[in-house]
Amino acid sequence: MKVLLRNPRRELEITGPRRVHALLADLELNRESHLVIRNGTLVPSDEELAADDVVEIRPVISGGT
Amino acid sequence: MKCRVCRQPAVIDVPRHNANFCGPHFLDMCRRQVVKAIEDFDMLAKDDRILIAVSGGKDSLAVWDILLDLGYEADGLYIGLGIGSYSDVSGEYARAFATERGLKLIEVSLRDEYGYDVPTATVATRRVPCSACGMSKRHLFDKAAIDGNYSVLVTGHNLDDEAAVLYGNTLRWELEYLARQLPTLPARNGFPKKVKPLVRLSERETAAWCVIRGIDYLVDECPIAAGNRHLGFKDALNTIETQSPGTKTAFYLNFVEKVAPLLAAYALPDDVELRPCRECGSPTTGEVCAFCNLVAKSADHEPVPVELITGRGARRR
Repeated sequence: MKVLLRNPRRELEITGPRRVHALLADLELNRESHLVIRNGTLVPSDEELAADDVVEIRPVISGGT
Repeated sequence: MKCRVCRQPAVIDVPRHNANFCGPHFLDMCRRQVVKAIEDFDMLAKDDRILIAVSGGKDSLAVWDILLDLGYEADGLYIGLGIGSYSDVSGEYARAFATERGLKLIEVSLRDEYGYDVPTATVATRRVPCSACGMSKRHLFDKAAIDGNYSVLVTGHNLDDEAAVLYGNTLRWELEYLARQLPTLPARNGFPKKVKPLVRLSERETAAWCVIRGIDYLVDECPIAAGNRHLGFKDALNTIETQSPGTKTAFYLNFVEKVAPLLAAYALPDDVELRPCRECGSPTTGEVCAFCNLVAKSADHEPVPVELITGRGARRR
């Protein structure tokens, strides 16, 4: 599957299928600080992502005070 | 996963509530949390004149959207900080949100109206960038609220923001800062009332609100803030939260309920003697307020490009 990451913006090709929580763990990303979006729709952590899916892993942390 | 309310497929899991939600019921949960914050902390009345500090990021656009959704009327205030293309794009998101909904957005440009920007102020004053930025914003938020006769100033600070600030202040036992870290600050001494309606929503939840509602916001991080201490505190808390969901909520809300009242004596007293700043008239303890001092040092300085200070947010004070 194609995975879009931010900060910095980059794209990865990951072998699928893979569940959302496993994908985040593989990429060492904390579930508290990211959302996973497929075709403009949020997907929960136990959702299985297909090999041909395009997903965005969006960081949600901002640094201002 | 199924929605806790309707058993339809869920789009988000919220471990701190041990619940999963479909889109509409997630939005309901967010509304309930904001209403509870507004009521518990006496934040807003329906006839308030509300000014919202808007950055173009997820939190400020979410709080504007939620307050409108709850039936409040609110104008926005955007401050052009001059942080290169980051500021240019953030302004576009703020303007697009306001224009699409027919809302009033007041704009202030540091460069056009005060002769400096955040990168230049950072170098001219030798402050940590986030400090120069935060101080400028606080002053201009207060000024716009007072000048515009708004009864309350709203900011988009969320649970993660507040928990991270609390964590930092607790690690150093900054009692004065702790004593005034409250979700509602009443109007006093020429300063407007300030409230944070998102304190019961996490950062992940405000971002999810925007995604579900179709709100475009600036996802990219401020290039100067990258690596700052505040982000380190958020990372640490999220590591704990993952192992023990609900920790951030308990840490912050129990502080507000149980600890902040014990620290009231450390807060700046209401009757502290303030006088109008010689330059701008804002209340201050000295002759000239901190903002006007910053302007005086920065406005004559040669403009500094943001690239020169990128990542300086990480520098310790």
